[in-house]
Amino acid sequence: MIVYILCFVLFLVGIYGAITKRDLIKIILSISILGYSVNLLFILFAYRSESIYPILSKGKEILPMVDPLPQALVLTSIVIELGTTAMLVALAVRLFEKYKTFDITQIRRLKG
Amino acid sequence: MILPYYIIIPLLTAFIISLIAGKKDIYAIWLSFIATTALLILSIYSLLTSKHETITYTMSGWKIPFGIVLVQDALTSFTLVTVNIIAFTAILFSINYIRYLSSDWKYYALFMLLLTGMNGVVVTGDLFNLYVLMEIALFAAFALVAYGSRAEEFEAAFKYAVMGSISSFMILLGIAVTYSATSYLTMAKVAEVLPLVDKKVVFWVGALFIAGFSLKAASIPFHSWLPDAHSSAPAPISAMLSGVLIKALGIYVLLRIFYNVLDAPEIFLKAFLVLGTISILIGVFLAIGQWDFKRLLAYHSISQIGYILLGIGIGTPLGILGAVFHLLNHAIFKGLLFLNSGAVEIALGTRDLRKMGNLSKILPVTSQTSLIASLSISGIPPFNGFFSKLIIIIAAIEANLPWYAFFGIIGSLLTLASFMKVQRYGFKAENVIEVASNKIDWRMNLAMILLAALCILTSMMVIPGIREVTLDPVVSVVANKTEYIKLVLGGLNEN
Repeated sequence: MIVYILCFVLFLVGIYGAITKRDLIKIILSISILGYSVNLLFILFAYRSESIYPILSKGKEILPMVDPLPQALVLTSIVIELGTTAMLVALAVRLFEKYKTFDITQIRRLKG
Repeated sequence: MILPYYIIIPLLTAFIISLIAGKKDIYAIWLSFIATTALLILSIYSLLTSKHETITYTMSGWKIPFGIVLVQDALTSFTLVTVNIIAFTAILFSINYIRYLSSDWKYYALFMLLLTGMNGVVVTGDLFNLYVLMEIALFAAFALVAYGSRAEEFEAAFKYAVMGSISSFMILLGIAVTYSATSYLTMAKVAEVLPLVDKKVVFWVGALFIAGFSLKAASIPFHSWLPDAHSSAPAPISAMLSGVLIKALGIYVLLRIFYNVLDAPEIFLKAFLVLGTISILIGVFLAIGQWDFKRLLAYHSISQIGYILLGIGIGTPLGILGAVFHLLNHAIFKGLLFLNSGAVEIALGTRDLRKMGNLSKILPVTSQTSLIASLSISGIPPFNGFFSKLIIIIAAIEANLPWYAFFGIIGSLLTLASFMKVQRYGFKAENVIEVASNKIDWRMNLAMILLAALCILTSMMVIPGIREVTLDPVVSVVANKTEYIKLVLGGLNEN
């Protein structure tokens, strides 16, 4: 049980960072943490104690294997996360070119 | 066999555009125009011929609990038509509009990806597939918000990207919890198994989904990204984002998950009521003080989404009828208003209402259609906005929720006030502007006239004979809640 709770704490750490940090790069890192925690939780949900890798061959039973589906899902979600991070970094670079700063309190031409 | 084409056509078009476009945008324009026309025809055709049965399509023949399944029922066809009408008019409007920013094929490729994501989210019947397609739509949306390459646009896009990612991870966490509790990802199977597991799971899943998808739909505590993103994007993209993206990714999925999968738990319906009412009031209060035309419209999107959430929260068939009807109506009139704002921006080079004026002379079509849209959004009969708001308010009174009905009426009056401001200070102001700096070509005018005609035509859908074939099947899909399981699992399998 404790691992799930710790994983959820990691998720909250990510949200906390994304909301409270003022540096663009720290915000991007926080969002990555958010993604890692969800992926980790997926893998934890699939895990069964004392089970084996899920590759089917002759003479192997299905029952003591870990669930392979979340692992496939996590692979997809890692790729999506890469896309998210690349998009955010690209935007951060262009923002730096325009505003000459990474501090979000200085980047506020939009308001009202 | 039609179902996969809603995803294949726009996705293929996006890649073909990037392959053959070269430096000029003419091929990109033709390809995307053909694709959106085909999608519009396809969606209307399937709305008319499906006879409101549930059709499923299993990808590569994998049977239902194992593979990805695409589902089409009345709610899906209805939302698809809404999405593709706005996409068609937005492309029509873009042809000339985008040339003022840059004549580049990238815009059309991204637009097609946005459409792929939205159509995909609507047709899919699988939770994880929904997440993937949602991310496709969001990535395209982030890039398109920043398309103009000005400092403000990057700022808005970054804010949108951060909020969008947080909400996506919340949704993914919700999907993880659902999977661990039920061992299924197909929505119909999840709905079947969920009543058998611990009740706490429903609360966890519901809380994560309501936070995630409300962020996408921008109801009030989660709204902060919307005014920036929707007002910074190019006008046809604002029409897409405000008109259909927040509905396809937000409202549609909320309806599907909370009614068809989670069986509409009482506590979440109450949450929708409260979120909806707060959105109506605060959205309209924030809107009324704006002088930037697009920003004002963006705040009104929050307030109108509030009406839809209110209708969902009431939960009676009449409330749901109002909600789905308002979903279509808001897509049409808000799309039209954003196209108007784009036309004004091209012609006068400003979005500030105080600098506009004399528009009925120099932009007659824009001025007339904006009047129709303003009357629709403020709920003046005989335009469509009046009927859907009326249905929602009557439903609230019938469900013994008089205060919510009262707040709905207050919101509607304030909307009227703020659009009187738009017309008085913007379109009919006394500033003497003799000539427009740029011309509005016939394609932009045609797009606006089409949507203005739809503002009047869709109000016909309240007539009982027409309502029975258009709106009632949609309502029965939502109101029958977990009938969805039987319809999908025992549904007409076309493959």
